[in-house]
Amino acid sequence: MEFSRRETLALGLGAAALTVLPMRAMAAADEAIAAFTGGADVAEGGVTLTAPEIAENGNTVPVSVSAEGAVSIMILAAGNPTPGVATFNFGPLAGSRSASTRIRLAGTQDVVAIAKMEDGSFARASSTVKVTIGGCGG
Amino acid sequence: MISRRDFLQVGMAASALVGASGFGNWGRLAAQQALTQDQLLDFDTYGNVSLIHVTDIHAQLKPIYFREPEINIGVGAAKGQMPHVTGADFRRAYGIEDGSPSHYALTYNDFTALAGTYGRVGGMDRVATVINQIRAARPDALLLDGGDTWHGSYTCHHTEGQDMVNVMNALKPDAMTFHWEFTLGSERVNEIVEGLPFAALGQNIFDAEWDEPAELFKPYKMFERGGVKIAVIGQAFPYMPIANPGWMFPEYSFGIRDAHMQSMVDEVRAAGAELVVCLSHNGFDVDKKMAGKVTGIDVILSGHTHDALPEPVLVGETIIIASGSNGKFVSRVDLDVRDGRMMGFKHKLIPIFSDVIEPDKEVAALIDAQRAPYADQLSEVIGQTDSLLYRRGNFNGSWDDLICDALLSEREADIAMSPGVRWGPSILPGQDITREDIWNVTSMSYGKAYRSEMTGEFIHVILEDVADNLFNTDPYYQQGGDMVRIGGMGYRIDISKKQGERISEMTLLKTGELIDPAKTYQVAGWASVNEGTEGPQIWDVVESHIRKQGTVSVAPNNSVTVVGA
Repeated sequence: MEFSRRETLALGLGAAALTVLPMRAMAAADEAIAAFTGGADVAEGGVTLTAPEIAENGNTVPVSVSAEGAVSIMILAAGNPTPGVATFNFGPLAGSRSASTRIRLAGTQDVVAIAKMEDGSFARASSTVKVTIGGCGG
Repeated sequence: MISRRDFLQVGMAASALVGASGFGNWGRLAAQQALTQDQLLDFDTYGNVSLIHVTDIHAQLKPIYFREPEINIGVGAAKGQMPHVTGADFRRAYGIEDGSPSHYALTYNDFTALAGTYGRVGGMDRVATVINQIRAARPDALLLDGGDTWHGSYTCHHTEGQDMVNVMNALKPDAMTFHWEFTLGSERVNEIVEGLPFAALGQNIFDAEWDEPAELFKPYKMFERGGVKIAVIGQAFPYMPIANPGWMFPEYSFGIRDAHMQSMVDEVRAAGAELVVCLSHNGFDVDKKMAGKVTGIDVILSGHTHDALPEPVLVGETIIIASGSNGKFVSRVDLDVRDGRMMGFKHKLIPIFSDVIEPDKEVAALIDAQRAPYADQLSEVIGQTDSLLYRRGNFNGSWDDLICDALLSEREADIAMSPGVRWGPSILPGQDITREDIWNVTSMSYGKAYRSEMTGEFIHVILEDVADNLFNTDPYYQQGGDMVRIGGMGYRIDISKKQGERISEMTLLKTGELIDPAKTYQVAGWASVNEGTEGPQIWDVVESHIRKQGTVSVAPNNSVTVVGA
């Protein structure tokens, strides 16, 4: 573990920022979900969200979503200053209702996927992705 | 008609009986001072398949002493469960007599005295004898290596793993999975793996760029043994680029990937596998959780967390086997597989008492040949110790206390940090410390000892981060090492709290003052995962320190207060 002063400061600030951000970010994520669902009920399950438990690199975290019968899937990084990541839309001829991307995470947080189904219902899945300094396993 | 469940239960009972009676016998034999190789290896061959498991050898070719941990706290569902039971409680749980060979092999108490009685453990030439004997009873037994094999000694470092490859090839394993091997760098790992005469497995070894299974490492291999179709699925250490320097193997990505594991199990079952074995470097608690999520695995051969358990742990219909570390144990698992299913099992954790088990002559000569070019370097005496030097334990070990002392004095630092790794043999009081001994607890490809300025706040962030890797109640968020060892600073840890709230009362020991979050401290440490780390190699730092001391003495370490366990 060696940290330049710049890294030390950056990480220190990041840690400090993390203690402040979640509340604001969570509110922003809730707002984004409300805007997507129009306030409708969201069921747990029916969406598969694949993300690593611990990010190998917080700057580029691979995530995949799939939901059978989805017309649209929104991905949120609930703890990022700007939680919105992407919304994937699927037309009626889409071969599979799945998508993969990479996202940047400011720190340990929940990644959330909300799917809008063909019948107008909504489904949700979330997964905690840990962003860690690491370095001491053995 | 006896159901499969009954068979499993009978299997369990039989295993427990073998375990219990075996241990009782050893206890009596100890009283008679008549432990023999035949008794250690005694095993009535059972069923139609035998598995031999070795793991986490960490390049220990020669017999060593290895003290098991006193502190190994489990959290969440693992609290108070195996393998998080130590000392007398562990002995009571398995009916092990005090003072018996099993007491010495499996628990920490009275280690120095019992080491005097029972001697060193391990040695790959003794392991070879055990493997040969099992193969004499079951010629087509599968030998499976759980990884952390090509790392951990002077000769392994200088030959970039070639000494271990040569010796392991002589044992003829059938498959292997990986962890520290990758710290040789991907180029060297690829070079060795391309030439391996056995399967290199890891269903979770992926290409980092495309997030697809890596070409060089296969997810599984099918075998046919005893008329049974067996699939061995590999599971490499999931958190390599986080716990170890990812820049050394940037082409690879890992992770637990249990959904992919399930698809591999389904694939091998569809291909006719009657027995599914997972050769894992997940660590024990991660394996327990995975066994509850992934269906269809019969046996998990568990590595990484260095636990040695004399009986399997059962999760649903999956048995999990823990085979220790540093060449100290070999597990034998006999299975009865009929009608496409595992009907029962018999298991023995065989401790490798090096004075009892005859070395295999060919392998002994091969080991000596690997070491011969370095004999003078290896055997040079650097100093002596008055204290028992060991590493295992969640918060500290006397070897790490000594390493931290070396960092504090040689690098003129306020605070020292030493990684919470679990490899490294023990040294008895009164023993010489050779260069080989120092390398056995320090050798690695990123061993430079840095010296850096850190604020009190940042030191707190580091401790909280590492503590969560150990005490997060969800095993999938654990990395399997121990707490970073700290020299020059004490702290209080409440393991029941969440990340950010566990560590308090950080105190600079030399002044007795609380650490000031805003103040900057000089911190020396080693094993940084960051590229471009500068400083002398840690083994040189430790050697210089021990030379100056002549005879080292390590005082009991009371600087960490643990609550919430």
